[in-house]
Amino acid sequence: MQSTSAPLLEVEDLRVRLRTPRGPAEVVNGLSYAVGRGETVAVVGESGSGKSVSVLALLGLLPVRVATVTGAARLDGEDLLTMPPERLREVRGPGVGMVFQDPMTSLNPVLTIGRQLVEGIRAHGEVSKAAARERAAGLLAEVGLPDPQRALDRYPHELSGGMRQRVVIAIALAHNPSLLIADEATTALDVTVQAQILDLVAGLQSEHGTGVVWITHDLGVVAGIADRVLVMYGGRCVEDGSVDDVLERPAHPYTRGLLGALPDLASSGDGELATVPGVPPAPTDLPAGCVFWPRCPVRSDPRCETEQPPLAVVGASTGGLPHRAATWCEEGSPR
Amino acid sequence: MTDLPQGPTAHARGVPASDVPASPVPASDVPVSGVLVSARGLEVHFPVRSGNALRRTTGLLRAVDGVDLDIHRGETLGLVGESGCGKSTLGNALLRLVEPTGGTVTFDGTDVTGLDRRGLRDLRRRAGMVFQDPFASLDPRRTVRQTVSEPLEVHGLRSGRQERSARVAELLELVGLDPAVADRYPHEFSGGQRQRVGIARALAGEPDFLVCDEAIASLDVSVQAQVLNLLRRLQRQLGLTLLFISHDLSAVRHVSDRIAVMYLGRVVEVGPAAAVGSDPKMPYTQALLSAVPVPHPALERTRQRVVLGGDVPSPANVPSGCRFRTRCPYVFEPCPDVDPALQPVGAPGQLAACHLHGVVGRPVEQEDAVPAPAD
Ligand SMILES: Nc1ncnc2c1ncn2[C@@H]1O[C@H](COP(=O)(O)OP(=O)(O)OP(=O)(O)O)[C@@H](O)[C@H]1O
Ligand SMILES: Nc1ncnc2c1ncn2[C@@H]1O[C@H](COP(=O)(O)OP(=O)(O)OP(=O)(O)O)[C@@H](O)[C@H]1O
Ligand code: SF4
Ligand code: SF4
Ligand SMILES: [Mg+2]
Ligand SMILES: [Mg+2]
Repeated sequence: MQSTSAPLLEVEDLRVRLRTPRGPAEVVNGLSYAVGRGETVAVVGESGSGKSVSVLALLGLLPVRVATVTGAARLDGEDLLTMPPERLREVRGPGVGMVFQDPMTSLNPVLTIGRQLVEGIRAHGEVSKAAARERAAGLLAEVGLPDPQRALDRYPHELSGGMRQRVVIAIALAHNPSLLIADEATTALDVTVQAQILDLVAGLQSEHGTGVVWITHDLGVVAGIADRVLVMYGGRCVEDGSVDDVLERPAHPYTRGLLGALPDLASSGDGELATVPGVPPAPTDLPAGCVFWPRCPVRSDPRCETEQPPLAVVGASTGGLPHRAATWCEEGSPR
Repeated sequence: MTDLPQGPTAHARGVPASDVPASPVPASDVPVSGVLVSARGLEVHFPVRSGNALRRTTGLLRAVDGVDLDIHRGETLGLVGESGCGKSTLGNALLRLVEPTGGTVTFDGTDVTGLDRRGLRDLRRRAGMVFQDPFASLDPRRTVRQTVSEPLEVHGLRSGRQERSARVAELLELVGLDPAVADRYPHEFSGGQRQRVGIARALAGEPDFLVCDEAIASLDVSVQAQVLNLLRRLQRQLGLTLLFISHDLSAVRHVSDRIAVMYLGRVVEVGPAAAVGSDPKMPYTQALLSAVPVPHPALERTRQRVVLGGDVPSPANVPSGCRFRTRCPYVFEPCPDVDPALQPVGAPGQLAACHLHGVVGRPVEQEDAVPAPAD
């Protein structure tokens, strides 16, 4: 599934600092990854670790007065971060589909679903109103909304949470984007509808070579769709590699804690679930050394509290991707 | 309709006599004292309008359409089902955040539909809600402290700013947030952090009953685990009763004593979590469980799931008879003609609405079979 040519999206040393009343918050601290054509990169990690902020930064969607973004993000060789705003809009419109974590921010509450979809479809192509409406209904059918023709006449508040989320997905897929960024796109969906959406995206990928960045808390979904997984903690990538390596042989103590916290379908509610004790660091006050050290159950190396561990290859890799983790601890043992 | 032993068990369980209603309970019903929240024939129908300018009413959308459900004191009832099947609307109707158009809801023996303003305020304290959408449910102009202490003020639970402040700090810690964040505004938080603020607010009023609507959906799994552990602990300590609405079936299985499954406005299966979770009797539940992704790549790539074919029906146009029949792999003659009732099947306390376990239910009347006219 990897392409031999240059990747579709190449993020290099992305850093985001936000101004807050309590001083600067270092929300993303040197994130680098690449997404190939047709490839799916899953981003997982601690709540508040900078997943959403990092993708908003790529698309120039953070408020400029508050956010300082540095690094590079090349889409088809063109740097999104230094592009003039008009060019960015041109590139972003039809080329990049974005599903935001909060479906309500991408829907206008006073316009019908149909109007919003039709406007989106007509904004980037010469289509008649009637044809756009046809296409809109078709898209709603593809995301599994019952009675799509009638759904076009409804307002966002008349839809359930999962129905709204599917409308946002339909808008993001309207132009067969070359890059799809999905932030918790299926969390409000039941598993059968979720499976339908995942199949739809997989179809888009094989047909149009769409590269996908999929941010999610659902490690079951990650197991099913990801080629590559990136684990974030405290604004950094603490582990990455092929989906098999990261989920079956996690090397970073945070990733291991995360996987250990999963309830499984066969378990009953008698035992407590394992958790990662402690609270995540505030981005205004990141610890020196390894970002995870205040909570790390295995820290032993004297460098943990003073020196930031680099992402380094751990163990044998599978799937042609290096398996890397940022930790001073001994090489990961299987979970 | 019920899965509790019938008869005068209330006193035998040591429930104070004052909890037993003065009026005689119908013989067919459950003793009220074992049940905190109960719905009978509950309906929430929304008018369907179409056309942009005139918005004429052209039909009815049956979001909740004849739900019978008991939630027992101190239990966690998990509620699952397809997106749009009416779970949130049902949760809202139980708390009277939306007006039912038919049927009854009783909370601790009191008919909720007849409450006056004072009664409603009392209900709001005793029954809380954690909403699905952490972005929409917090007021952007209020700090976390203001948000969480509001119920304390409204219900006069803590007097004095200091006491309230201490309680806010305690609640934030309870949900795994640093009390130092109390003076921040919602936009400064990530999705998961906001959701925890919502949970802290819901717990502030020391409720007896909490509806958690997708309360953990936007949390990472380790924080999810913290919140699930927290909910279970609170439940043991405070005897909290929970309605836990979620798409995460593993989490539901983990926290719930019983699980109810909804399809198109109805409860179609209910029973002990272990039974519904591992040996479901209704074909929709079976399909749903088979679609749960597992976090092991090799297993996940080869997992067999039941793919539901057929058109997804709209709640504005409910199929006659069994509402699952347009997609059910086992559909047979009685399905279009008899609307299946919940019947005991499988484990003790397990009920399913499906003719495969015997044809039981209400025969379809002629006018029910005709869909709502298009104009
Ligand atoms: N506008 C803002 N001003 C100040 N801080 C912010 C702002 N937006 C986000 N943050 C902070 O930046 C950090 C990263 O937030 P982000 O939304 O990227 O997290 P996330 O990884 O997407 O988390 P979740 O999984 O909960 O959605 C958080 O600590 C959050 O509090
Ligand atoms: N205010 C409203 N006006 C009209 N229709 C509504 C309204 N609220 C909900 N509905 C409809 O009622 C049905 C049930 O919605 P509800 O939000 O209860 O579903 P849900 O089971 O919670 O779904 P999800 O899992 O996606 O959150 C949907 O078809 C929805 O479109
Ligand atoms: S570097 Fe040290 S503190 Fe950080 S994860 Fe590794 S062992 Fe733990
Ligand atoms: S009643 Fe018939 S259609 Fe409905 S679930 Fe059972 S077999 Fe399927
Ligand atoms: Mg986020
Ligand atoms: Mg809902």
